[in-house]
Amino acid sequence: MKIFVVGLNHKIADVDVREKLAFQGDKLETGLMRFRDLPGIEEAMIISTCNRVELYASVQESGQAAESIKSFLASFHNINRESLDKSLYIYNDVQAVRHAFRVAASLDSMVLGEPQILGQIKDAFELALSKKTTGILLNKLMKKAISVAKRVRTETKIAENAVSISFAAVELAKKIFTDLSSKVFMLLGAGEMAELAARHLIGNGVREVLVSNRTFDRACDLAKEFNGRPVQFDEFIQEMTSTDILICSTGAPHYILTKGQMQKVMRERKQRQVFIIDISVPRNIDPAINDLENVYLYNVDDLQGVVDTNLFERQKEAEKAEKIIGEEVETFLKWQASLDSVPTIIALREKAEEIRREELEKLFNKVGELGEKEKEAIEYMATAIMNKLIHPPTAALKGDTENKEMLVAAVRRLYGINGEKHEE
Amino acid sequence: MGVLLFELSLTCYFAAALIGITELFKESKTTEKIALLSALIGFSIHTVSIIYRYLSAGHIPITNPHEATSFFVWCIVLIFFFLQYRYKISLLSSFIMPIVFLLMLTASLLSREIKPLSPTLQSYWLGIHTVFAFLGNASFALAFGIGFMYLVQERYVKTKNLGSLFDRLPSLQTLDEINYRLISFGFPLLSLAIITCALWAETAWGSYWNWDTRETWSLITWFIYAIILHSRLIAGWRGKRAAILSMIGFITIIVAFFGVKLLKKGLHVFL
Repeated sequence: MKIFVVGLNHKIADVDVREKLAFQGDKLETGLMRFRDLPGIEEAMIISTCNRVELYASVQESGQAAESIKSFLASFHNINRESLDKSLYIYNDVQAVRHAFRVAASLDSMVLGEPQILGQIKDAFELALSKKTTGILLNKLMKKAISVAKRVRTETKIAENAVSISFAAVELAKKIFTDLSSKVFMLLGAGEMAELAARHLIGNGVREVLVSNRTFDRACDLAKEFNGRPVQFDEFIQEMTSTDILICSTGAPHYILTKGQMQKVMRERKQRQVFIIDISVPRNIDPAINDLENVYLYNVDDLQGVVDTNLFERQKEAEKAEKIIGEEVETFLKWQASLDSVPTIIALREKAEEIRREELEKLFNKVGELGEKEKEAIEYMATAIMNKLIHPPTAALKGDTENKEMLVAAVRRLYGINGEKHEE
Repeated sequence: MGVLLFELSLTCYFAAALIGITELFKESKTTEKIALLSALIGFSIHTVSIIYRYLSAGHIPITNPHEATSFFVWCIVLIFFFLQYRYKISLLSSFIMPIVFLLMLTASLLSREIKPLSPTLQSYWLGIHTVFAFLGNASFALAFGIGFMYLVQERYVKTKNLGSLFDRLPSLQTLDEINYRLISFGFPLLSLAIITCALWAETAWGSYWNWDTRETWSLITWFIYAIILHSRLIAGWRGKRAAILSMIGFITIIVAFFGVKLLKKGLHVFL
């Protein structure tokens, strides 16, 4: 049996294709059951997220399986069969294993190292388990993929450091202040990016939220939303004395906070550290303010710079992750090979042979002098018992059964033949 | 035996310093633990060696430059472990253990001979004065290291060029506050050391203050730390300024400690 994947992701297919092929809501379950019942499919599992749709299977013969999966996708989603060809990838065997590990470890994600995909895989796997659509191969593959993803996360820094502007702002705030929950945060102006950053900061727990806006009504609305206090626009500078973090995004065409004003504020707040994020374009805060001691001013480009550095770091970490995945693919393949019946039959035989030899030796030592004839008779009997005992499992392994992998695994386990480490 | 113990702890501190420095270039949780462990082993052996020396000399072993430096190192490592335990600052050993090792190495180069105690030193003031002085100076040594960490982190954040240590160094505010706490802990001890010094001088030589070089330098360091504390409270001098001043303060202490000794001999026969 082979592992087989047919799928598409954000790299290969646009969103309009992805949404057509997605298994949303109830469709996932019915889709999964129909997928499992396709001819030639032994085990089945579907991962469907907004960035990818992937059908995992274990199959006897991959050529035929590819065709039947494609036809199934086309008929299930009511789309043209031919149009599918160019927007799907197909992986077999080693490649399929590697692909599953890479997806779980978030190396194949749109944002490298993002953590959601692992949860989505776990959900998909759980559904498959509850519907009993997977078996020995896919179960092992998914368990392994999940543990590989965890290993990648702990051994590399792929998921560390913010890769969006708003998270970068929070990350910086945490490196300036010990404890955000004792800090006062002010949002000056509005705007999508500013509000997103504000939401992240508030989500990390600040002591007080102030909101100021040129239109006071807007300030009141936002203050209500953020559970904060509205501040008149011409009073924001006074409030700076107690504000530790300021996000500024107003439409003003000029600086609304100058170096001189800020100097005065710093004197009043006894030089306590201030973190100012100026998201507005054109900039609203005099860049020279960054020269003041204990004032840290970041504008959009600065934050983007931080994000770019972090993304670059993640790419470097991704190389380490690929190495880990390479190792894990190796061990998986070894395990898979151990499911082959021939080496198991040989190992079983060797094991029995070893027991027979040892026991005979023990017996001969204990009993002492024995004639050649008696010895021969005892040896003959031992061999006969051994052969009779291992004949049925050997025959079963040699025979043509459906779940051979399962049988091989069972024999190895029951007779204590080690070919793999037990990881459970 | 005493020599062996001392060399052993020196070796452990060396290992801790070395591992601490490699920590700066390559992050690893295990090496950090190994650094801490070897510092801890070094510290234990060091403690035994001081007790051993106390027993063989029959008096508190802070009566010559070697002993004084060794005890100074011991105080630094003591406070280091306290900080480590209290704040769990990552990379602290990378910044502190090299200082510890260098001072310990200096101690190893100074004469270790146990001489009979001169009559002026045979006083209970010896123990009180020196313990105050060295604990105070040790916390300034830690403030030096923390101040240096602050400057590194400050530079990252200010220049918006987040270097490799950015993730691992604590926040600016944390470093600044620890620096402040160390100085506010060390300052009263230094003051007490100067007061006990004066009282002792009075009983030994009949005058409270003799303006010997050692006393003068102590007074200079006292003023530096007084300025740090005062300006912080009054004008809010914190952050970078406080970090730089605390580094200058400790450099002054080191100059006073070793430099003065090399220049000329004062009344402080044992440094």
